[in-house]
Amino acid sequence: MEAILEAKNIRKYFKTPKGMLHAVDDVSFSIPKGKTLGVVGESGCGKSTLGLLLLHLESLTGGQIFFEGRDITNPGKRRLKELRCSMQMIFQDPFSSLNPRMSVSEIISEPFRIYKICRSPAEMEKKVDQLMDLVGLAPRLRQAYPHELDGGRRQRVGIARALAMAPKFIVCDEPVSALDVSIQAQILNLMQDLQKEMGLTYIFITHDLSVVRHISDEICVMYLGKIVEQARAQELFRNPLHPYTQALLSAIPRPKVPPATERIILKGELASPIEPKPGCRFAPRCIHAQDRCFQENPERREIGQGRFACCHCI
Amino acid sequence: MRKGNGEKRKDGLWTDAAKRFRKNKLAMAGLVMLAILILCALFANYIAPFHYDEQNLPAAFESPSLRHLMGTDNLGRDIFSRIIYGTRTSLSIALVAVLVATLAGGLMGAVAAFYGGVLDNVIMRFLDVFLAIPSTLLAIAIAAVLGPGVTNTVLAITIGQLPGLARIVRATVLSIKGEEYIRAARSIGAGNMRIIGLHILPNAMAPIIVQATLYVASAILSISSLSFIGLGIQPPTPEWGSMLSAGRAYIRDYWFIVAFPGLAIMATIFAFNLIGDGLRDALDPRLKN
Amino acid sequence: MEKDTLLAVRGLTIQYETDSGVVHAVNGLDMELRHGETLGLVGETGAGKTTAALGIMRLLPEPPAKIQSGEILFKGEDVLKKSDAELRSMRGKKVAMIFQDPMTSLNPVLTVGEQIAEVIQLHERKSAAEAHVKAQEMLRLVGIPPERFSEYPHQFSGGMKQRVVIAIALACDPELLIADEPTTALDMTIQAQVLELMRSLRKELNTSMILITHDLGVVAEMCDRVAIVYAGEIVEQGTAHDVFNDTKHPYTMGLFGALPDLEGSEERLHPIPGLMPDPTHLPEGCRFSPRCPKRTDACVQTLPKNVETVPGHSVRCLLYEHGMQG
Repeated sequence: MEAILEAKNIRKYFKTPKGMLHAVDDVSFSIPKGKTLGVVGESGCGKSTLGLLLLHLESLTGGQIFFEGRDITNPGKRRLKELRCSMQMIFQDPFSSLNPRMSVSEIISEPFRIYKICRSPAEMEKKVDQLMDLVGLAPRLRQAYPHELDGGRRQRVGIARALAMAPKFIVCDEPVSALDVSIQAQILNLMQDLQKEMGLTYIFITHDLSVVRHISDEICVMYLGKIVEQARAQELFRNPLHPYTQALLSAIPRPKVPPATERIILKGELASPIEPKPGCRFAPRCIHAQDRCFQENPERREIGQGRFACCHCI
Repeated sequence: MRKGNGEKRKDGLWTDAAKRFRKNKLAMAGLVMLAILILCALFANYIAPFHYDEQNLPAAFESPSLRHLMGTDNLGRDIFSRIIYGTRTSLSIALVAVLVATLAGGLMGAVAAFYGGVLDNVIMRFLDVFLAIPSTLLAIAIAAVLGPGVTNTVLAITIGQLPGLARIVRATVLSIKGEEYIRAARSIGAGNMRIIGLHILPNAMAPIIVQATLYVASAILSISSLSFIGLGIQPPTPEWGSMLSAGRAYIRDYWFIVAFPGLAIMATIFAFNLIGDGLRDALDPRLKN
Repeated sequence: MEKDTLLAVRGLTIQYETDSGVVHAVNGLDMELRHGETLGLVGETGAGKTTAALGIMRLLPEPPAKIQSGEILFKGEDVLKKSDAELRSMRGKKVAMIFQDPMTSLNPVLTVGEQIAEVIQLHERKSAAEAHVKAQEMLRLVGIPPERFSEYPHQFSGGMKQRVVIAIALACDPELLIADEPTTALDMTIQAQVLELMRSLRKELNTSMILITHDLGVVAEMCDRVAIVYAGEIVEQGTAHDVFNDTKHPYTMGLFGALPDLEGSEERLHPIPGLMPDPTHLPEGCRFSPRCPKRTDACVQTLPKNVETVPGHSVRCLLYEHGMQG
């Protein structure tokens, strides 16, 4: 399968008073066209920064990004504006990602005005209507303001805005985390329908493992700026290899009574991502950690077909 | 609480705010007071029974009566007429000064906040120097250097208020800049100008308007203070502060010479404060839900 | 009232009076909690779970909130009839509460140790030194080294702060602990740690607990009994086993159906159609009827009563009122 987007050893360090914060450290992956890559991890693992890097909403510290086979690491101003048509983003918080002073139709039509692609107001209106219909927003909401909408509808507005320029690739940063389960299911279904209909490729960033399993074809598990394991969604859940993935999966409270008895409870908390020590970042909390894990950085290795992990013990 | 899932109403946020403002009795009272003041300023020639400079020495120090509603001063001038004309001076100077201070200070604050880094530091440290001096004191110093007069009073008050307004605008813009919808605008390819004009400014307007209104009140006080100590508006131009100052020699015997100009200052400041508070309540989205 | 009942809530009705109308937050809520039991209060945003819990603590801001009717019997005494002084001695001592956000529920200018000691001194006749010792004990109990007594909240991570909050709540050995979404703000692995801690402390101290959450997984792990809340009413209540494995109410079924399954490989999710009703304009009849797939004409008109299908498992749905089966 042809990859639509490829990241090679991308890095993002932030300067802080205490030293360099390694938000994303040497991350590589590729996404085939029309598929969904899930990125899971806990807060502070760098998953959101990763999404922003791909869209050039943060600048890279190092590494390369390829989109449809072309190097877009340093796109230049004009190429960047073109890229923003084909690469879009859906944001986490439907409450703060919409300008409170703009109406629904103004928000959705803003891309048209930026790229000046509508010849008349009537044409623009027609396009807005089509988009609203596509994401399941009633036409009577055109003039509504974001504060008048509930979370699910706001997220639909955010999706419509992202779809306005008919993108090929969308970064979805926790798009359903702020929503209740029944609304969450509506939005997830919508996103899957849109993907099929328009052949979209998604990067789906979330901390929710059941959501990521549902929507993803392939999953990357991140820990402190590194991808520790990458596998097909079902493979990962059937047979997690990395000790962190194992602990993460075992930590999900499952809606089953009686609950599972066996579970791995990790010791301690996330270490600081500022000037991290050499060795495996997960070693301090790992039950299998050996001396080697504290000294040598584990390399990304291909374990099965299309399956990668960073661990000395596998 | 959500209201009716937002299907019925088609009002904009400003209309909403206007509705809330109208419900606020105190704020409306302030607005009515301001309207009266503005009418006085505009139609002073018709309202005032005498010209502000019309002297009538034999009729000096007359107590309030039907002919002279607020009495006459040491030169026999009608105090009521002078206060009406004084509205013109005080309001126009205060409004112009605050408008200029808001525009200039707003621009500096917005640029500092939006571009950040060195530019932010240079602008804000420069303004900090001014902020270290109380604004009235600063205005006095400037007026003392430039000399009295209308233009110089405007200038002195503008410079005195600019740093404070710049700080408020900077803080507002900074917090809006961190909102996710700014990043969202960037992600669909919006340029800096569009982001400032369409996304940041409309959202920054509300708190800036509120602050500017409250600054008008303090500007009026500053004008009066400057005139009181003889650095602001010069006689014979009627100005409440200079009326106070001129009358203070006779305060023991003729209370009305100072009481009415003092009341005028108080009422105007009160009106602007009421309006400012009302605007804040009407525009603050946090109180909204 | 049965002997081992710790808390019984009957017909609790709470409203908020706002500019845009009366918000019917809690509408005739009935529930019961036995000694040593954990009850899960499950529902979506705006269902009224937090309002109900704050009502039990009498912590609602009144006005705008108003407890219209009902009784809250804690150990046989009606909380609604207690004086302010009695309420103060009840809160923190007999009933304690844990809030969702550990970042804002601690005072940033006091050390964590001082905050634990404060509640001890407030309710127990203890000197400052004794309270200090007890506070250190509490820290150890929740898995924080007692040496961290004099550190400030900002020096703790989210999970650690929530442990401190738990320590404060349990410091006076309360009989009832109300936990409002205690792990929602935490990461998955930290949530697992905190839940584990709460489980072991509950066993050790024999505390009864009301756990408010939207996460059915957390409920399955923690609760003996479950109450499903919709539009301010409990629509289904029973043992965790009954509610999870013999689900009766269409809303509960909808909640389970909307969850992405971790084991199965369903292509599509099954969301509940529509939205939560506007609490200022609740629908006539069954509150869930506009969204219910099993709605009949009767549902739109009649407010269903509570029906016990098997002992201890009650449902508020017309499907079960006349011995019919869904």
